[in-house]
Amino acid sequence: MQVKELICIGCPLGCPLKVELEGGQVMGVTGNTCRRGDAYARKEVTNPTRIVTSSVAVEGGSLAVVSVKTREDIPKGKIFEIMEALKGVKVQAPIHIGDVVVQDVAGTGVDIIATKNVW
Amino acid sequence: MLKYDIVVIGGGPAGLAAAISAKRRGAESIVVLERDKELGGILNQCIHNGFGLHTFQEELTGPEYAARYIEQLEEERIAYQLNTMVMEITPDKVVTAMNREAGMFEIQAKAVVLAMGCRERARGALNIPGYRPAGVYSAGTAQRLVNMEGYMPGREAVILGSGDIGLIMARRMTLEGAKVRAVVELLPYSGGLKRNIVQCLDDFGIPLKLSHTVVDIRGKERVEGVTIAQVGPDRRPIPGTEEHYSCDTLLLSCGLIPENELSRGLGVEISPITSGPLVNECLETNVDGVFACGNVLHVHDLVDFVSEEASAAGEHAAEYILGGAGRSGSQGREVPIEAVEGVRYTVPRTICPERMDEKHTVRFRVNDVYRDCYVSVYFNAKRVIHRKRPVMAPGEMEAVVLKKEQLAAFPELSQITVKVERQ
Repeated sequence: MQVKELICIGCPLGCPLKVELEGGQVMGVTGNTCRRGDAYARKEVTNPTRIVTSSVAVEGGSLAVVSVKTREDIPKGKIFEIMEALKGVKVQAPIHIGDVVVQDVAGTGVDIIATKNVW
Repeated sequence: MLKYDIVVIGGGPAGLAAAISAKRRGAESIVVLERDKELGGILNQCIHNGFGLHTFQEELTGPEYAARYIEQLEEERIAYQLNTMVMEITPDKVVTAMNREAGMFEIQAKAVVLAMGCRERARGALNIPGYRPAGVYSAGTAQRLVNMEGYMPGREAVILGSGDIGLIMARRMTLEGAKVRAVVELLPYSGGLKRNIVQCLDDFGIPLKLSHTVVDIRGKERVEGVTIAQVGPDRRPIPGTEEHYSCDTLLLSCGLIPENELSRGLGVEISPITSGPLVNECLETNVDGVFACGNVLHVHDLVDFVSEEASAAGEHAAEYILGGAGRSGSQGREVPIEAVEGVRYTVPRTICPERMDEKHTVRFRVNDVYRDCYVSVYFNAKRVIHRKRPVMAPGEMEAVVLKKEQLAAFPELSQITVKVERQ
């Protein structure tokens, strides 16, 4: 049996996790103090995911850029493809929190949405 | 002269939460004074996620978290003034402020909530030798340039200091195509949250060089590189360990300092440890009716705790103007809370057993990394709390909860002590 040690990134507590693995199968998670930690550990050893946050250019707004994020977490390996897809994206002000900026970014099935109101 | 019951200085997370809770507690006349062109403070440039798990049970980005509070402020119809700089507050609570529209003006307040936040320790305070070329930024300045103004400060960076902003910027610069050569930390441990080491450095293979510092900045017009060296236990560079890194940018993430010039001018007593006001459990300073919350009081790691603290400060400010509660209106004793043996400070600094709520969270930081130790609380010489903690680090704020009934059961209580114990 293999034991993998992780730091949970689910919240700022940063619980130290131990994941027991047997032939790629998760047998158990310890060290977590909430359900989020268990879910994170199982994902992290099989298919690690992240929320990507960035910013894209805005035209005609009070700010030069608007902050954005992936609506859900995406596979960790896709982070740079997503950043590439955001290059050159321009939106028109006004833009509101939750507005879709890019649909199905980099073939992940996840949208990029605005996280700030820019008028 | 303008008159308001409560003047809140600063429209960041602390000021917003304080104003909203003061209104909900019954204060009618409140104004928030903010020097930036929008409310939300530093949250506006913190576009990463991880905010609000505690407050909203969901993971938000900084601007989204700010927007939740700005909406509440608007719903509560609380007045605010943007682009407005507060110049002075007098002990009798006359607030002098200025902006482009009104010029210089004065407000007579009944209570003041200090919520000015903090600022970054700058190069001048770090004594790094070398020229003064372009390309040296505080991490927060770089964060604002990238996330709000749309500029990249450089292409190849070294980051000095492993505070959270430095770690977050290591990832942000990397995502935007820059090469982050290393994060260099003077201390043998990081000043940032563990989760940020994982998701900002480890995810991208950025080396964290603990017990190292920058000993030279090269380049005359623009940064061309930096020299880093290992430091000994005395935190002095060890000769012969120098390494050269070529880079065009050096970001500094070397600590945050509560911004208390206004507080000092008004006669507020400042703690030499936190650089923030000394407060009682109502978050009231030594000046009657002047309250403090958020990063101006002590630097937090988590905005959720700022909001919680600021809500309490706002409530107490409202109680103060409504019924004279607080330091002046109470007959209660002020029991000092002493931070000793591994505990650097506590907020609050005193607590009144009669006036306190059913429960009160005392927040503190430790002075070193401790493993398998206990946090202990003593009432006089009697240990009343003894809680095991697997790991404690200076970068992560700790807390103990004191219960009113516990204090009430101890009538001769004259001192509360918080300390770290091995067993």
